Amino acid sequence: MAQQLRPSKPADKQSKIDWSRRQEAENFAETVKLFRQGKIDPDMFRRFRLQHGAYGTRMTDDYAMVRIKVPAGQVYPNQLEKIAQLSEMYSIGSAHFSTRENIQLHWVILEDVSEIMQSLSDVGMTSREACGNTVRNVMCSPMSGVCKDEIFDTTPYALAIARFMLRNPICQGLPRKFKFNFTCCEKHGMIRIVDVGLLPQIQEIDGEKRKGFKIFLGGGLGNRSFVGHQLEDFTPVEDLLYTSMAVIRIFDRMGDRKNLSRNRMRYLVNDLGWEKFQNLVLKERAVVKATQSVIVKLNIDDSVNEIQRPISVNDESASIPDGYARWEKTNVEKQSQSGFNSVFIGLEAGDITANQLRSVAEIIRDYSAEGFARNGFSQNIVIRYVHDDDLKSMYSRLIENGLAKTGSLTMASAVGCSGTTSCNLALTNSHRLAKEVQRKFLELNYDEDDDLKDSTIKISGCPNSCGQHQIATIGFYGGGGRHGTDMFPNYTMSLGGKFDEDAMLGHHTARVPVKRIIPVILKIIELFKENKQSDDTLAKWIDRVVSGNESSKITGVDDIKKAIAPLIVPPNVEDEPDFYMDYGSDTNYHTVTGKGECAA
Amino acid sequence: MCCMIDSDIPIINSKLLREKIQENSIRIVDVRRDQEYQQGHITNAVNLPLAKLLADDSSESIQKIAQDLGISDETPTVIYDDTFGALSSRVVWALQYIGHKDVKLLDVTFSQWKDLGYEISTEVPEIETATHSVKINPEIMATAEYLEKVKENKNVVIIDNRERLNYLEQHIPGAINIPYRTLASDGKILRTKEGMKTLLKNRGISEDAEIITYCGSVGTLSGLAYYALKSIGVSNVKLYVHSFKEWKSLEKPIDKQENANYWDLSAE
Ligand code: HEM
Ligand code: SF4
Repeated sequence: MAQQLRPSKPADKQSKIDWSRRQEAENFAETVKLFRQGKIDPDMFRRFRLQHGAYGTRMTDDYAMVRIKVPAGQVYPNQLEKIAQLSEMYSIGSAHFSTRENIQLHWVILEDVSEIMQSLSDVGMTSREACGNTVRNVMCSPMSGVCKDEIFDTTPYALAIARFMLRNPICQGLPRKFKFNFTCCEKHGMIRIVDVGLLPQIQEIDGEKRKGFKIFLGGGLGNRSFVGHQLEDFTPVEDLLYTSMAVIRIFDRMGDRKNLSRNRMRYLVNDLGWEKFQNLVLKERAVVKATQSVIVKLNIDDSVNEIQRPISVNDESASIPDGYARWEKTNVEKQSQSGFNSVFIGLEAGDITANQLRSVAEIIRDYSAEGFARNGFSQNIVIRYVHDDDLKSMYSRLIENGLAKTGSLTMASAVGCSGTTSCNLALTNSHRLAKEVQRKFLELNYDEDDDLKDSTIKISGCPNSCGQHQIATIGFYGGGGRHGTDMFPNYTMSLGGKFDEDAMLGHHTARVPVKRIIPVILKIIELFKENKQSDDTLAKWIDRVVSGNESSKITGVDDIKKAIAPLIVPPNVEDEPDFYMDYGSDTNYHTVTGKGECAA
Repeated sequence: MCCMIDSDIPIINSKLLREKIQENSIRIVDVRRDQEYQQGHITNAVNLPLAKLLADDSSESIQKIAQDLGISDETPTVIYDDTFGALSSRVVWALQYIGHKDVKLLDVTFSQWKDLGYEISTEVPEIETATHSVKINPEIMATAEYLEKVKENKNVVIIDNRERLNYLEQHIPGAINIPYRTLASDGKILRTKEGMKTLLKNRGISEDAEIITYCGSVGTLSGLAYYALKSIGVSNVKLYVHSFKEWKSLEKPIDKQENANYWDLSAE
C-alpha cells in the first residue's frame, strides 16, 4: 500500500459528562461483605445490588452481571478500552451490547463488582440504576443527529433527562423500572414500547418555530405488552422536564407496589383507562409547574458537536476488498450530512471480545469525524461520520478484526436475549439460537435480499420479552414442550410485530420446537416468495397475512400454520436424539429456573 | 548486588534493574524463544527458552540449566519474558525450588521495558558455566496428593488462575477463580500492592492463609499468581505446578457450574 501522509490524530474525545460517583464502589464492597456475613437481609441486599446495576446470575449466588449504562448510547474509545480490560480481568473475556444501549459484563464474581465500579469511574461511566426499580438507561436513536428524516437532534435532551434522573431521590423507590426512549424519526426509534417515548417535532406559532415532542406514554413489552398513547399534539421542550416529572410522580404514587407481575406503568394506564391517566398527567404537570419554588431546568448541552475528519486513510490505488459491496449495502447508512456515513457493526447476539473492543476504539479514532460511537438498538455498534472516501479502508480494518459481519441493517442480524447463558428465568438458550439463525441467513446470502431487508427476527428465552420478540416480524419466546415423557425446547412464534407508527404486537401463530425454527423461518420465506406481489417485502406480506388482508393462496395465519404443521411434529427420541437437546447442550432438555428478580 | 536483596520480595523494579544492568555479576535471563531473543533483548541478558525448562523440570535438569547459564548459588539473577510475566514467573519459581536465594522476577515485560525506552541489544554475552547446588525447597510446591489432603482445611485457599469460562466448566472442588488477567496493572505485570491487597480483602482471602495456586497445565499462569501473592508478602504460598492437566489425568474429583450455557456468551 502506498504510504499516506497521516496528520496526527486529533486529541482523543472523552465523555463530557462524568456519570460516576467513586464512593459508590467502596460502599458496594462493604455491603457485599456485610451480606456475606449474614448481617444484611437478602432481600434488602438484592434491592441494593440492583440499584447499583448488578443482576443475579443463573443458578448461583456467587456471580453477578454488571450492566454498564451508556446514556443516549454515546460511547467513547477510552471507555471501550476500559471495558475490554475489565472483561478480561473480571468477566469472560467478552462483553455484551444489549438492546437498550447498555454494555454488560457477565459471570462477574460478586466480590469483584466493586473493582469494576471503581475502574468505570476512571472513564466516567456508571452502572448505577441500570437495574432495579429505577429510571433505566435513557435511550436515544443511534441515528439522532445524522438521520435524514429527523426534525432536530434529541441527543442533548436525552442526556439531560438521564442526568436529571440519575441518583435523583424521586427515582429511588419506584414501583417498578421506568424507561425513556428518544428518537430521531418513527423508523429508527422504539418510542411506542416504553414508559415514555419522545419524537421530535417543530411547531410554528406566530411565525416562530418552536422545538418540542410528541410524547407517548404507557407502552411496554412483557408478559402482557401494550403500545404507548400520545399525550397531546405537541409538548414544547420547556415542558419536557415537567411532563416527565409529572408522569413519574403519578406512577410513584399510584403504581402497583404489591402485584409484582403487573406493576409497570402500562398496567396503571390500562387499569385507569387512557383518558383518565392522560388527565392526571396534565393536571399533575400544572401542579409541578406551579409549585416549583426554584425553577428547575434541564441542563441541556446544545453546543455543536465538533466534526473533524481524523485522517485520510483513503488509498486510491488500493483494490476494492472482497465482499465490500455486500457489506456496504447491508451495513452502511448515508447520513443527512453529505459525504458522511453511519457504519453499523454487526455482532452475534451482541457479543464482542476484548480484543475486538480495542479494535473498535482504534477504528473510531481513525475513522469517525465525531470521535465516539453510538450503541444501537439491536445489540450492535454504530460508528458515524465516516467519510465516503474512507469506507473501503475502514472495511478492510473491520475484516482484519472480525468485525465486518454483513447484514447488520437487515433481517439477518437476529436479536437474542441472554437466555440460559446467564439468566435465572430462562427456559431456553435463546442467545445461541439467535446466533444460529444469523449464521444460516448469512450462509444463504439472505442479507442481500431486498425483500427481507425491513423484517426482523427477535428471540426471548421466556415470556418476559427481553429479546423484544413481540415487535419482530418473526418473533419467538422459549418454553418447554413434551412428547410422551420426553421434553424439548419449544418456542412460541409470533408474526407481524412492528414498532413504527403503526406499532403492533405480533400474533401468536404456532409452537415451534427449537431444532425446527430455522426450517420454519425458511418455509415462511418460501411461502412469501411464492405468493408475494412484485414490490412486496416480507414484512408487508406478513402484515397482510396476519390482518387477513392477503388475497393469495395464503389468506391468513391459519394457512401458515397448515404449511408448517408437518415440520413441527416431534420425532421419536430414538430417531432424532438431537431434537430433544437445546443448542449448546449435549444432554436431554429439561427446564431449570432459579429465582427471578425482574421485579426486584 | 547487596542492594538487589533489599527485601524478601522476589520482584525487581525495572528502574532498579536498569541501574544495575552493567554489573557483570548479575545474570539476566530472557525466557522467550531463541528467535525473539536474537532480534533484541535487555542488554546483557542470556536466553533460556521456557520450553527447554519444561521439557524436563527435574531438579537435576534445573540445576544443569542454571549452571550452563553461569548461575552459581550466589549469582543474583533476574528473569523476564514477554508473556505478561507468566513464563518468567515459572522460571523464577523453578530456581527457587532448587534453592537459589537471589532470583527475582522483573516487574515489566520485554515490550513494557522497550516502551520505557530502556536499553536493549542484540549482543549475546559470553557465558562462563558455574556450579550450583541443589537444596530443594519443598514448601513452595504442592503435589496432587498434598492438595487433596489439605483442601478441606479451613486455613487453605486454592486459587485457579485460568480464564473464567474454563473455570466455570471445570475446576478443583473448592477452588476460587482469579483469572491471571486480574493480576496485572497498566504497564506492569502485577497490580500495585494496594490493589492486590484490596482484591484479596474483597474476596475474603486472609494473607495468613496457606494459598495454593494452579492453572491449566504447567504452572505458568499460577506462577504469576504465586508472585502476585509474594509481592504483598503472603508467606505461605505453594504452586501446584502440574496443575489441572495432571489433576484430570489422575481422575480426581472435579466441580462444574451446572445448568448454564455460558460458553455461548463468548464471541471467540
Ligand atoms: C420477570 C422478569 C423480567 C421482565 C418482565 C423483563 C423484561 C424486559 C424487557 C421488556 C426488556 C426489553 C427491553 C426494552 O424495553 O426494549 C428487557 C431487557 C433486558 N432484560 Fe429483562 N426482564 C426480566 C428479567 C430479566 C432477567 C432475570 C434478566 C437476566 C439477568 C434480564 C436481562 C435483560 C437484558 C440483558 C435485557 C436487554 C436490555 C437491557 O440492557 O436492559 N431480564 N427486560
Ligand atoms: S426474556 Fe426471559 S430468558 Fe430472556 S433475559 Fe428476559 S427473563 Fe431472561
